[in-house]
Amino acid sequence: MERPAWAPRSIDISVPSVARIYDYYLGGSHNFEVDREAARKAMEFMPGLPRIMQANRAFMRRAVEFALDEGITQFLDVGSGIPTFGNVHEIAQAARPGARVVYVDHDPVAVAHSQAVLEGNEDADVVAADLRKPREILESPPVRRLIDLNRPVALLLVAILHFVEDTDDPYQAVAQLRDALAPGSLLILTHASHEGIPLPEERSESVADVYKDIRNPLIMRSRDRIARFFEGYDMVEPGLVPMASWRSRTAPEDEDPYAFSGFAGVGRTA
Amino acid sequence: MSAEPDGPEGRLRRLTTIWSRAVFPVTSTSLTRPEFEERLLPLARRLSRALLARVFDAAEGEAVGAALVDAHCTAPEALSRSLDCLDAYLVLYCGQGGDQEDLRARCSRLQHAMAAGFARALRERTLAEQEAIAQAALRAQGVVAQALHTSEARFRAVFEGAAIGIGIADLEGNVLQVNGALLRMFGGSEQGLRSRNVQDWTHTEDAPQVWRLYEELVRGEREHYHVEKAFHRPDGTVLWTNLTVSLLRDADGNPQYQLALMEDTTERRLLNLRLRYEATHDALTGLPNRTLFFERLEKALNAGEGRRFGLCYLDLDGFKTINDSLGHAVGDRLLVEVADRLQACATAPGEMVARLGGDEFVALTTGTDTRHEVDELAARIMNALVAPIRIDGRELTVRGSIGVVEGPVGERSAAEVLRSADITMYRAKSAGGNRFELADPEADARAITRHGLTTALPTALDRGEFFIEYQPLVHLGDGRVRGAEALVRWLHPQHGIIGPDRFIPLAEHTGLIVPLGRWVMEQSVRQAREWRELYDAESAGPLRINVNLSPCQLHHPGLVQDTVEILERAGVQPDALCLEVTESALIGADDDLLKPLRRLAEMGVDIALDDFGTGYSNLANLRRLPVSILKLDRSFTQSMQRFPADPVDLKIVEGIVALAHSLDLAVTVEGVETGAQAEQLRVLGCDTAQGWYYARPGPPERLHELALADATG
Repeated sequence: MERPAWAPRSIDISVPSVARIYDYYLGGSHNFEVDREAARKAMEFMPGLPRIMQANRAFMRRAVEFALDEGITQFLDVGSGIPTFGNVHEIAQAARPGARVVYVDHDPVAVAHSQAVLEGNEDADVVAADLRKPREILESPPVRRLIDLNRPVALLLVAILHFVEDTDDPYQAVAQLRDALAPGSLLILTHASHEGIPLPEERSESVADVYKDIRNPLIMRSRDRIARFFEGYDMVEPGLVPMASWRSRTAPEDEDPYAFSGFAGVGRTA
Repeated sequence: MSAEPDGPEGRLRRLTTIWSRAVFPVTSTSLTRPEFEERLLPLARRLSRALLARVFDAAEGEAVGAALVDAHCTAPEALSRSLDCLDAYLVLYCGQGGDQEDLRARCSRLQHAMAAGFARALRERTLAEQEAIAQAALRAQGVVAQALHTSEARFRAVFEGAAIGIGIADLEGNVLQVNGALLRMFGGSEQGLRSRNVQDWTHTEDAPQVWRLYEELVRGEREHYHVEKAFHRPDGTVLWTNLTVSLLRDADGNPQYQLALMEDTTERRLLNLRLRYEATHDALTGLPNRTLFFERLEKALNAGEGRRFGLCYLDLDGFKTINDSLGHAVGDRLLVEVADRLQACATAPGEMVARLGGDEFVALTTGTDTRHEVDELAARIMNALVAPIRIDGRELTVRGSIGVVEGPVGERSAAEVLRSADITMYRAKSAGGNRFELADPEADARAITRHGLTTALPTALDRGEFFIEYQPLVHLGDGRVRGAEALVRWLHPQHGIIGPDRFIPLAEHTGLIVPLGRWVMEQSVRQAREWRELYDAESAGPLRINVNLSPCQLHHPGLVQDTVEILERAGVQPDALCLEVTESALIGADDDLLKPLRRLAEMGVDIALDDFGTGYSNLANLRRLPVSILKLDRSFTQSMQRFPADPVDLKIVEGIVALAHSLDLAVTVEGVETGAQAEQLRVLGCDTAQGWYYARPGPPERLHELALADATG
């Protein structure tokens, strides 16, 4: 059958992907030259970007360990990407075999990669869905199969909300997910911000421009606006703080200055 | 693990700490530095053992290099810093007691092996990850392609199977693809259609905005538009469609294609035109009907300033007679002929003829000089009717009455214009017919008020707009109040208080007089009971209430029943009620008509003959009538207001009184306005009187005052 001339082409790997750029910052090779090119361009303005990603990764690890200590064994990681190491199921299932993890990403390559990584893992799966459509996430077969919404869940929105523009109403989406969670659930969140970056704001603006150029705008939000995502949650100590300040086991003077960029926090549903 | 600070284990630990501090800043691990140090400790131990082993094996170095990659030390600096560190400290911390030269050589070889192991592991890992991501991309593309294929297949099915026509063209208008339905609509070959340019598809019936919308769409200023559009089919016929055109954009939002969806509305349109024709034309004559006429009239009346209109409203004279005597078939043929003749009278642009129904026709002329034109039009119509109409060998003479309305547009509504024309037509008819009259605002106003009152009457009773005033009846002998006449008034919301002379004839005409009369009687009888309860003791006799009966009520079969019920419900004796009937209502009355009056009289209700002496007073008839009172018309008493009174009038009144008394009838006089008049009438033997001299009609309380004044005075 002849393909209609106006039909869209298949996915385009010549367009950089934020998931693969993130992997590159973390030293992985799950990326293509277009991704590395964009990443290098952003690093021209902010050489410490890999440190920020690493701090983000380290926070996520601490937060997942905190959730495990709280007795939570179900994890819903939205915007999981394709990082080389330190994934939620690695941390969670190492500490608590049988812990259940569902990854969600809207990047088809990230989803395909996760499928390959998770092959044979009965307790983890991946959903191709978009944070902007929470219903689709909650009603997806993997979530229905692996996550019991009547028990507490750790919802991870790590380094994803700064890719959702206000016109797509991220607050509404986050609220919708919150409403689906049982009491005692946790929201684990990080978000980019101009605050805390050890560089003038023009430099972080330029980084945001790089993401705009690859049609994945990076929305820098203020601490107050980030705090609003926790509406309906009680903040876990120490609250919404720079990433490296959240229950860190490393002395602040031993941290890289970039590790204090952006904000991280954990909230608990009442 | 605790160790002697200076023992081998303690020295190994110190080496590891230095190593981890050197490398940690360039790793990507999410471990903390102390955790990372724990990862390095076994590696340091392996290197230390290799350094001191009896048989040296450089492969240990390779394993350590590979382990670094496993610990996510993938940055090149991680290797160089590691090598620097081991070069400086491995022999220093771990090589005590051995041959220093040999140890340095071993350390050097271990470093070489480590670099090779690191490079091999990193290469393998990089390749594996590249392989993994490439596979993932391929798989994702496969999934997308599959989904696309499915959606494409679905789309093809919709495209091919759709009942609506679908076509795709580029922004230059070149037709790229069309579906089967579209081909069937146009009735041509696909090749024929695809060789066309969208912009060639003009049609004389294209609405002015069609091509403007098209231009806006292809320029990307509009996402879609919806129009009704005609197309030429290859066979020369017309295809009418409901057309929706949408702009398709590419992923970057740039306009790319135009998508047309069209629905064939040719047949529906024809049907609509026919239905529209049928809905707007008279089936018998084929003339425009009332609906279409009103549309045109509205349009004419909403035309711009300076425009005028003229309207002829024609009603045939005596058409009913023709219909009744010669039958409807003949009547219909007559109407068809009249319609044809009228049509021929109004052929100029801006002129139209319509049949409103029955034998009513209208002709409309519009323009700027209708003052002149409408006269001519009316004259032409009158002229067109002059020649007799021949039906079945019979020559029928047709005449008509025309009401003409002419004026500037924008002042009156269509309904107002037509009403004025209707009223004027009736004026022409009552002036003898076979003529036309020009509308006159004053005549209109009168008729319109009459019309307005008639339509307002039915609701007026429900809304309680009527009320009753009472005019006392006084006994001439002792000057005491004996009763009162109930007089109904209408408090109209717009026109104020309206007297019975204006609305009773209308009520008679519409039949409302029966419920209205019943209401008046109910109210009056209830009032009579109140008076009786209050004043019986003081007044000379029981107070009586006079109520007027209209001819229509007289004929109403429920009169007796209603009266009895009203009296009983109020608990009032029949002798408290007097019904006034006009003399004219009883002219020629037969026994059937008199029977109800007789029944009432037998019960004890008084019957008064009102306005006596105005009509054709059949004195002989008086004996037959069940009346007990004569009410002399005010015309007899008018002359007595002057002094001296006209002796002839005096004689007549005296005669009537004598006649009445001899028949055992009491005499009441109306219109008494002066004391002299009252005295005169008393001397003449009249029994009771009413008039302004005593009191004008007023609310019931006024009668209380009068009766009370009587009793005390």
